[in-house]
Amino acid sequence: MSTASTMKGLLRGNVRQYGMVIALVAIVVFFQIKTDGVLLRPLNVTNLLTQNASILILAIGMVMVIIARHIDLSVGSVAAFIGAIAATMMTKWDIPWLIAVILCLALGAAIGAWHGFWVAYVGIPAFIVTLSSMLLFRGLTLVVLDGATIGNLPKGFQSMGNGFLPEVGPDTDLANLTLVIAALLAVFLVFLEFRKRSSAIRYNFEVLPLPVFYAKLVAIVGAIFWFSYILAQYRGLPIVGLILFVLIGIYSFVMERTIIGRHVYAIGGNVDAATMSGVRTRRIDFLVMTNMGLLAALAGMVTAARLTAANPKAGTNFELDAIAAAFIGGAAVTGGVGTVIGAIIGGFVMGVLNNGMSLMGTSIDWQQAVKGLVLLAAVAFDVWNKKRTSVGGGAGSEDASTSAPPPDDLVDEINQAAVPGTEEVRT
Amino acid sequence: MKPILEMRSITKEFPGVLALDDVNLTVNTGDIHAICGENGAGKSTLMKVLSGVYPHGSYAGDIVFEGEVVEFKDIRQSEAAGIVIIHQELALIPELSIAENIFLGNENASGGIISWDRTNRQAIELLARVGLAENPLTPVKHLGVGKQQLVEIAKALSKEVKLLILDEPTAALNDDDSQHLLGLLKGLQDKGITSIMISHKLNEIEQISDAITILRDGKTIETLAVAEDKVDEDRIIRGMVGRDLEHRFPDHEPEIGDVLLEVRNWTVMHPVDGSRTVIDNANLEVHRGEIVGIAGLMGAGRTELARSIFGRSYGSHIEGQLILDGKELHLKSVHAAIEAGIAYLTEDRKALGLNLLDDIKRSVTAAGIDKLRKGLTVDQREEVVVAERYRSSMNIKTPTVNEGVAKLSGGNQQKVVLSKWMYTDPQVLILDEPTRGIDVGAKYEIYGVIQRLAKQGRGVIVISSELPELLGLCDRIYTLAEGRITGELDRAEADQETLMRYMTTTHGQEVRR
Repeated sequence: MSTASTMKGLLRGNVRQYGMVIALVAIVVFFQIKTDGVLLRPLNVTNLLTQNASILILAIGMVMVIIARHIDLSVGSVAAFIGAIAATMMTKWDIPWLIAVILCLALGAAIGAWHGFWVAYVGIPAFIVTLSSMLLFRGLTLVVLDGATIGNLPKGFQSMGNGFLPEVGPDTDLANLTLVIAALLAVFLVFLEFRKRSSAIRYNFEVLPLPVFYAKLVAIVGAIFWFSYILAQYRGLPIVGLILFVLIGIYSFVMERTIIGRHVYAIGGNVDAATMSGVRTRRIDFLVMTNMGLLAALAGMVTAARLTAANPKAGTNFELDAIAAAFIGGAAVTGGVGTVIGAIIGGFVMGVLNNGMSLMGTSIDWQQAVKGLVLLAAVAFDVWNKKRTSVGGGAGSEDASTSAPPPDDLVDEINQAAVPGTEEVRT
Repeated sequence: MKPILEMRSITKEFPGVLALDDVNLTVNTGDIHAICGENGAGKSTLMKVLSGVYPHGSYAGDIVFEGEVVEFKDIRQSEAAGIVIIHQELALIPELSIAENIFLGNENASGGIISWDRTNRQAIELLARVGLAENPLTPVKHLGVGKQQLVEIAKALSKEVKLLILDEPTAALNDDDSQHLLGLLKGLQDKGITSIMISHKLNEIEQISDAITILRDGKTIETLAVAEDKVDEDRIIRGMVGRDLEHRFPDHEPEIGDVLLEVRNWTVMHPVDGSRTVIDNANLEVHRGEIVGIAGLMGAGRTELARSIFGRSYGSHIEGQLILDGKELHLKSVHAAIEAGIAYLTEDRKALGLNLLDDIKRSVTAAGIDKLRKGLTVDQREEVVVAERYRSSMNIKTPTVNEGVAKLSGGNQQKVVLSKWMYTDPQVLILDEPTRGIDVGAKYEIYGVIQRLAKQGRGVIVISSELPELLGLCDRIYTLAEGRITGELDRAEADQETLMRYMTTTHGQEVRR
């Protein structure tokens, strides 16, 4: 098998994964040209990160909920509610901000557990349960804030939304710490890639040809340094960016490497088969919904911190943006499919579209319309791609009989009819 | 008497399988004609050919209905000709009323607007004809299964039916409802309606049918005239199972040890209808190294029995004792059952056995994943090693264990599912239809695996619709009928006729040996 055909096979197998990265790059290039380079200016890239951080945090939890075949419509309202509670705690009750943050995270998890209880143990669809909470917590937000905005949040709390990593080391006109972190991250990722490759070779798996592998490493390292260099030219990595990247790391790890992550995919793929394999499906449903509440609380506080105030309208439509991010990033409506990193890329696609169109002076109404069409296009591409690969018999299928399987009822019929002895009788 | 229906030389082929092979069926006008055969003999396929589910052109042979060759392209056309089929799973919509269900797809409407007066008036007339005293506005979900069956028949009558086909009409009914239904069929017969009835209940067939056609392995074996040929149940059974035991099983010397699993006075109620007994006071035991078969016709409660044992994954109000290796178990979940050392391979591989989105290695480790726990993570290297081990020992044909299970053939999928359960290292394996839909070669391999498992001192329970498979594989066989264990036979004393007799022993009947 030649290198070219190997590459073709790999690409075909991973269109899902790479398709959205390519789309994101294309969108970035388009707006970079259209805005005469404003899009990728250090200040604007920093804004892109801070403005979209809440949605991206929500998208992490949302993609897990969607993989587990549920949905959470309440996250925007819960975020607003937690923002309001946090502001009240800090300004009216004089609770130190760090303690307020911890209490609010716990409260968010409790709200998520409330959803989890109804979804997992009572069996009400998550759509209904969280629709109820969407209304409930939007209302409670107004109650808590009494319709007004609470400002004057502590500086430490505000830094969660608009602070930056501190300056350290010699004065270089660049944010040193950001570059150091980038270097460490790059080394770590390269290490992981090498480890993955060596274990794949040990087990005789197909691996990327060596030149392609190095090209991939160069691309990863290059992207990290390019991104961190842009950030370092302004004020470095925003704290919220750090929070976000840590969360991406943690949740990717959970979903890829742990038993719980495995079980989330299992119940989304086939809940009955998961049950019959001993997966405690209710517990997983409960955990996933609880986790979403926790992340919604974090997103709510990040939003309040960035705006330096809690207001009753905060978080409006966050749920829809987070859901869109997950679907653009390759999650399947029927569950069982999706990745954390995919949802993040989906979130950035939406974020860059927003930002780019704003820079170009496109009105909000048109921005909405374009985003709507992008969502449909992304999912349509996915559906088309899935059909294409399944009809053609995917890469690597050698058994001709497995391609183009007969429809299910036919299969059943065959199964019923496949009585041994048929052969003997016929001859 | 003139035949209303002749099916001549019907042959229907699915990829790789000849489901119907030169089948002939002649039904006389005004008769009740029964079709008998084992599960998979081709009965349902034949009826689907007749009713246009498999359209003209997808089968070979001719259908002559009322003297004319007919070529149905879909069910609508066959219904227009007066052939109505009532499937085993009722096709009623629970939330709609009786009247709405009767006229669904056939609404009393002019210009798209439904005349409810006409609908309800006609529904009342139809209900009277089937002897169902219910308000036509009652939602169907409020009716019991027996009455729902009558609504189905009323629906058929509304279509001016000439030939009524009933697939296992009494399978889900109790004795009273069954008798009422059979009486109704007799009544319809008097009004000139011909019926074809597929049934496993031989006593009912004997009771009401005028003629019986027996299918086996997709072929017509014989057609019996009940009155003239003096047909009784034994005669039917002989026709149904008459095939030679021409099977190859790997050589196996059983090494049977102590009692491993005991099920005592096991009673299970239906999960929704808690008053309906699904498993009635069942007792069975499995020894170490023993392969025990459970034989039963569809609806006998085989899967229900297995699943209720497997961590109560079926049923409600489960009573009785489950004793494994001398210790009584109180299993509340599938997870607990697996931990206790019980494995259950599901009958429906695609719906319950596999996550078709997964790859082979993840499918193999799905039930035993706790063994791969390494700190916080799943040891994914060990996972590959495990999957590779099963790939070679089970001979799973795949380029790598990273391949999606959806791409595998049925036999290889089944090997993956078997691997999944072997990896949990169970003491007792319950295998529900382990070779369904699998080609002959893979079957042989799976038989070998089952024997190997027994050899290791595990207990294996095999549930199968294929009697030759049970006879070739099992050391002992229990028969199940209507949720009760009706017989227990050693390998030496078991044969197909005997098994079939026990399997068709209905409630209150003595077993005739």
